[in-house]
Amino acid sequence: MKFKVNGEEVFASTGGRPFDKNKPLIIFVHGSGLTHMTWVLQTRYFAFHGYSVLALDMPGHGLSGGKSLKSIENMAEWISDVIDTVGYKEASLVGHSQGCLVTIECTSRYPNKIKTLSLMGGAGAIPMNPELLSLAENNDPKAVDLMMDWAHGPAGHFGGHPVPGLYHINTGGMLAKSRTIKDTLGVDFRACDNYKNGFEAAKKIKIPTLSILATDDKMCPVKEGKKLADLIEGSKVDIIDNCGHMMLLEEADRVLKVLKNFITTNYPPKK
Amino acid sequence: MSDKKNKKDTNPKTYKFDTLSLHAGYQPHKNAGSRQVPIYQTTSYLFDDVDHAAALFNLERGGHIYSRISNPTVGVLEERVASLEGGTAALATSSGMSAIFLTVMTLCEAGDHLVVSSQLYGGTVNLFRLTLPKFGIKCTFVKPRDTEGFKKAIQKNTKGIFGELVGNPGNELMNMPEIAKIAHDAGVPLIVDATYQTPYLCKPFEHGADIVVHSLTKWMAGHGSSMAGILVEGGNFDWMQNDKFPTMTKPYEGYHGLSFAEEFGPTAFTMKARAEGMRDFGPCLSPQNAWNVLQGIETLSVRMKKHCSNAEEMVKYLLAHESVAWVSHPSVPDHPDHELAKKLLPNGRGSMIAFGIKGGKDAGVAFINNVKLASHLANVGDTRTLVIHPASGTHSQMDEATLKFAGLSHDMIRLSVGIEDIEDIKNDFEVGFRAARKPRLVANQ
Repeated sequence: MKFKVNGEEVFASTGGRPFDKNKPLIIFVHGSGLTHMTWVLQTRYFAFHGYSVLALDMPGHGLSGGKSLKSIENMAEWISDVIDTVGYKEASLVGHSQGCLVTIECTSRYPNKIKTLSLMGGAGAIPMNPELLSLAENNDPKAVDLMMDWAHGPAGHFGGHPVPGLYHINTGGMLAKSRTIKDTLGVDFRACDNYKNGFEAAKKIKIPTLSILATDDKMCPVKEGKKLADLIEGSKVDIIDNCGHMMLLEEADRVLKVLKNFITTNYPPKK
Repeated sequence: MSDKKNKKDTNPKTYKFDTLSLHAGYQPHKNAGSRQVPIYQTTSYLFDDVDHAAALFNLERGGHIYSRISNPTVGVLEERVASLEGGTAALATSSGMSAIFLTVMTLCEAGDHLVVSSQLYGGTVNLFRLTLPKFGIKCTFVKPRDTEGFKKAIQKNTKGIFGELVGNPGNELMNMPEIAKIAHDAGVPLIVDATYQTPYLCKPFEHGADIVVHSLTKWMAGHGSSMAGILVEGGNFDWMQNDKFPTMTKPYEGYHGLSFAEEFGPTAFTMKARAEGMRDFGPCLSPQNAWNVLQGIETLSVRMKKHCSNAEEMVKYLLAHESVAWVSHPSVPDHPDHELAKKLLPNGRGSMIAFGIKGGKDAGVAFINNVKLASHLANVGDTRTLVIHPASGTHSQMDEATLKFAGLSHDMIRLSVGIEDIEDIKNDFEVGFRAARKPRLVANQ
């Protein structure tokens, strides 16, 4: 669905069901340069099982209008604005990669608004490889090729997509190239590189939190994810073997199962 | 260590063509360690529980329901071809013709129009000329070299442009980059049948195509044992740029109010073709045939190199032969598309040759009836050399005017050069040419 936040048009997938304000809200926040489509194998399930879902396209990304936000802090404020705009007082947040930084920051700023936090391929800081950052800021498609290489584990490189016939790396690459690379990936990577408050923000989080990590994740390695999780009181950690940074697609079923158990327990759906 | 050694190599390490030909789409450790792709000879798949079943039907989760819709062995083939083409997704079908039909039916509805290259396989011509109008889909044919003609043929209700990159059987090339621009300016996709090229010779997505179809029966498999087709999606076409494709962009009654473009973006076309097309038409590929095709794809680049080198030898041989009136192959310097072929087919110009035999139809029939090594049959792209006389074979259902429009003549022999020893092919052709000269000798006496 489309709606306006701070005067700019925003697109969010509602998971194939009409948006219903009477159901608890789950907001999905994508990673650098990507779009709502990375969440398709999680969002549709929740939308059909008692939740209202918003898989957002961040400003300047996917089908949303406006320009990409330049800092993680601005993105965190924007998520809070989205919750207000759609008429909710609270929501569960799910983030992937850069989306983890955004949701950690948002949760630390609005502890009463956020009910559960789920982090996939997260870390307290995501310093960028200087060459990758430079390629993205210079609009070089090689930035996307590199990101797709590093972001995928065996399923991405060899194949074996959970949806028959889809090929991971080319699909991810096409999502990241759907808008001008320097205006999406370039801005996002710089925002990640600049963000230094992740560990401090994590210490303030007191709500139920889940971290899903993957053994073959080169972008946010397991040890970085664990370091972050250790700072969040009572945080649960699930580690997926033989999987890369794009675990939400590479091991979509496993991710959905863990996510489903966590969210339905801590933020039950409307019966 | 020096700075040079310390510097991290930032070139992508994604697998290259020859590696993907062998490995893409398959992980042994998820299949009992089986090094070879297993043949999942089953119609259907157990659901964990009712919720799992509902989730699969709703496209909430990936997985298999029924082998008409998808099958794990077929899925490996689909991913492998998608990876080789540089596509986002693929859908395998029972034949190349069913891949074309499914593509058209996913794209169009009654009242729509397509612009189509006139130089196509005879079966494809009949699909567009005679069968699709029965579904209310009309087509305008344009000669493949008439790039401006494609533009002029666009109508308000046009939903796509279709053509074979190298036309069958006359070897005329479409100027794919220019025709892609015409399609995109009109807000419609370019669909290219790249059967003759395989992704080893040309990746149409790199030249502007949006959907690629193949008859996998041909060079991709190579062995001539199995029928199979596939459609591959490039993922770059914006279905939401206009209101031409409502069943892709609007909540679609035919699939629980799903908007394929919103939910699946770069794989939306394939998702719709599978969810709707395989459900309603059902031209599914058998797992056994998918496995057979996978065996061929493992050696695709090795075979294509030999096909192309043999073809170039045969071109030289035919050009110098007293019984040959003309030779059409993009490697011939005076072929009208020679320069375009160098650009679009840098790894080789393919192994299809059309040539005219002196003595016309009678000589052609005598040649075909007397070659022994070359097989006379209605196929192309086998590892074995194949010959046919199109006017009396593949295109025999066309009337005289349509034959002419399709660029066919009665003296034309279509040759699909195999990978046998080149001297053996030439020796066999000598027998055929001697027989072809005999009727003329008798007539002269």
